Amino acid sequence: MLLLGDEAIAQSAIDAGLSGIYAYPGTPSTEILEYVHKSKEAREKKIHSTWSTNEKTAMESALGMSYAGKRTMVCMKHVGLNVAADAFINAAITGTNGGLIVVAADDPSMHSSQNEQDSRFYGKFAMIPILEPTNQQEAYDMVRYGFAVSEKYGIPVLLRITTRLAHSRSGVLRAASLPQNEVHLPGNPKQFILLPANARKQYKTLLHNQAFFEEESENSAFNKYVDGRDKSLGVIVCGIAYNYLFENFQDTEFPYPLLKIGQYPLPYKLIKQIYNECDTILILEEGYPLLEELLRGILDNGKKILGRMDGTIPRDGELNPNIVARAFGLKEEYGFPIPEIVKSRPPSLCKGCPHIYSYNALNEALSVFAKGRVFSDIGCYTLGALEPYGAINTCVDMGASITMAKGAADAGFVPAVAVIGDSTFTHSGMTGLLDAINDRTPITVMILDNATTAMTGGQRSAATGRLEDICLGLGVEKDHIHVVNPSPKNHEENLKIINDEINYEGVSVIIPRRECIQTVARRIRDEKKEKLKQEVSD
Amino acid sequence: MKKDIILAGVGGQGILSIAAVIGMAALNSGLQLKQAEVHGMSQRGGDVHSNLRIADHEIFSDLIPFGKADLIISVEPMESLRYLPWLSKDGWLISNNVPHVNIPDYPDMAKIDEAIEAVGQHVLINADEMAKDLGMARSANIVILGAASPWLGIPYESLETAIRKIFGSKGTDVVDQNLKALAAGKAFAMIHHS
Repeated sequence: MLLLGDEAIAQSAIDAGLSGIYAYPGTPSTEILEYVHKSKEAREKKIHSTWSTNEKTAMESALGMSYAGKRTMVCMKHVGLNVAADAFINAAITGTNGGLIVVAADDPSMHSSQNEQDSRFYGKFAMIPILEPTNQQEAYDMVRYGFAVSEKYGIPVLLRITTRLAHSRSGVLRAASLPQNEVHLPGNPKQFILLPANARKQYKTLLHNQAFFEEESENSAFNKYVDGRDKSLGVIVCGIAYNYLFENFQDTEFPYPLLKIGQYPLPYKLIKQIYNECDTILILEEGYPLLEELLRGILDNGKKILGRMDGTIPRDGELNPNIVARAFGLKEEYGFPIPEIVKSRPPSLCKGCPHIYSYNALNEALSVFAKGRVFSDIGCYTLGALEPYGAINTCVDMGASITMAKGAADAGFVPAVAVIGDSTFTHSGMTGLLDAINDRTPITVMILDNATTAMTGGQRSAATGRLEDICLGLGVEKDHIHVVNPSPKNHEENLKIINDEINYEGVSVIIPRRECIQTVARRIRDEKKEKLKQEVSD
Repeated sequence: MKKDIILAGVGGQGILSIAAVIGMAALNSGLQLKQAEVHGMSQRGGDVHSNLRIADHEIFSDLIPFGKADLIISVEPMESLRYLPWLSKDGWLISNNVPHVNIPDYPDMAKIDEAIEAVGQHVLINADEMAKDLGMARSANIVILGAASPWLGIPYESLETAIRKIFGSKGTDVVDQNLKALAAGKAFAMIHHS
């Protein structure tokens, strides 16, 4: 099968007896749940697959399914793991019953993200096994193996991938399909009750298991030591970096001892072996220098180590074959220079996008005030930061628009406006709105409702059509909740509403509501296709 | 045998449909394949590209190194130039010559033509017009694929078979239109390559 890395993970989970998958969409992890959701096989096997409201609810739902004895997977992008962190770290303490795999998709070089944090640190922090595949086939194999490890030790397993693997296609061979687990209670009835007395015991179990996790790593097929004749250099390579290394040595013999790492905790014996045998160590890891920092230690007074921290490899950004070639001093080829006439072409709001008209009205309403008043959030509407709109002043993390506007207003910076999408609002905006309501903070919240999670490709949004009810329920006054249609012909009317609410000394919510033009287009296309099918069968 | 191909365009232009046809044809010809795609934010009208690698041996990197691409296939002329550092000295550049202007400082088309001419081996084709003449404006991508077909290292018939499979669900008319688009692109390239 020709599969994206994400799809290979999904297919493997289906084949390994998965009973349910949970996720909130986020590039580059989105396609995992999407694949299960669209899979006919998954439907026949009655595998649960729906989007969660955020990564924390996804993580907890998965933990609940594990409690009930079934195999389950939860997927998120790297920053999603921040949202799920409370549940994630504590799931290592409770342990699991049915196999539980947490997939974190990191985005080095920040292709579609606000940072490039390395999820391996989370795995290490939680003290659980981590798997890091080299290619699509290994991603497939690791899911099956990961479920087995998870059930053997009653521990969640973290599968860490990066954008390049998530969104690259290659051939994958499937293994035989496994049956799903029966519902059964955990053997230890207290394991999931983290009262301090139980938690202390559970934590001791986790600590006790570290030695076993290390042993699994030492003996893992995913950690491989290959000897080489030239011991002047030893190379330790993690995950996808392996591909970039052998891209450079496919036609020539690789002369140095090599340690390929795909499973953590780190295989200390293997690392000791390569360190002792070689004069210098080169470390190639995609992400932060996790292994490199450990190997150097605080004093860094051992053998010479080359990596991201000494500049052999750039300190930030994704690896590629050329970066690795440079580390070995290999000759690089270079095609033609980019002509100067080539201009950058940043992403932009689609023609006819409803957000354009929300921003046009908002910009006009705020033109009489000093600049810097719009606190925004994560989604397509973040593109409002670019020209010609220049409409927003912040974008930090899911939900931060409302709470940052609140803090600024508390500081006396009024008017303060929050701009947040419908899906981001239910993900992490509702609690912040409640804070503002309880304080009667003078902020104006615009919930741009395009009825979908647009940036990641149009997934179901958790509260489509119910946003005003939620705001009302939280305590926003009825007279200060407005649903408007963001279109050119309503510009004057919308402008007046925004003006009025900016001047109101309390919480107001304006909901510009019009469906995303991408999902409209897709729906019309699908309806046409359906009609065509109907006609053929008639 | 190996062919490293960079597919270029603007988000929403559908470069992945070209990749899908080449991919299926490559697999059916018993070749291995790796294809890195761009998903997410850039798809909103920004520059997008895909690294498509096919070979009769194991492929390691998902990314093509500088100077190693055998082909740049672009559905937009300025975008074809963005990836020149990756193009091999004896590689081919195949590009549509119809600009997609969604930025205020889009360069003068004559200068783009000039820059493409300077590359050496190239085919510059008005795929939009050819597709329209064939009665199916949406098959411009397949016209461009046809124009690239002589240098793909895959039998032409395999590309035809892949088109039949991929567009089969949309009816025989769509399949025939796309086969015509493929042939028209190839015919143009055979005469106009330089």
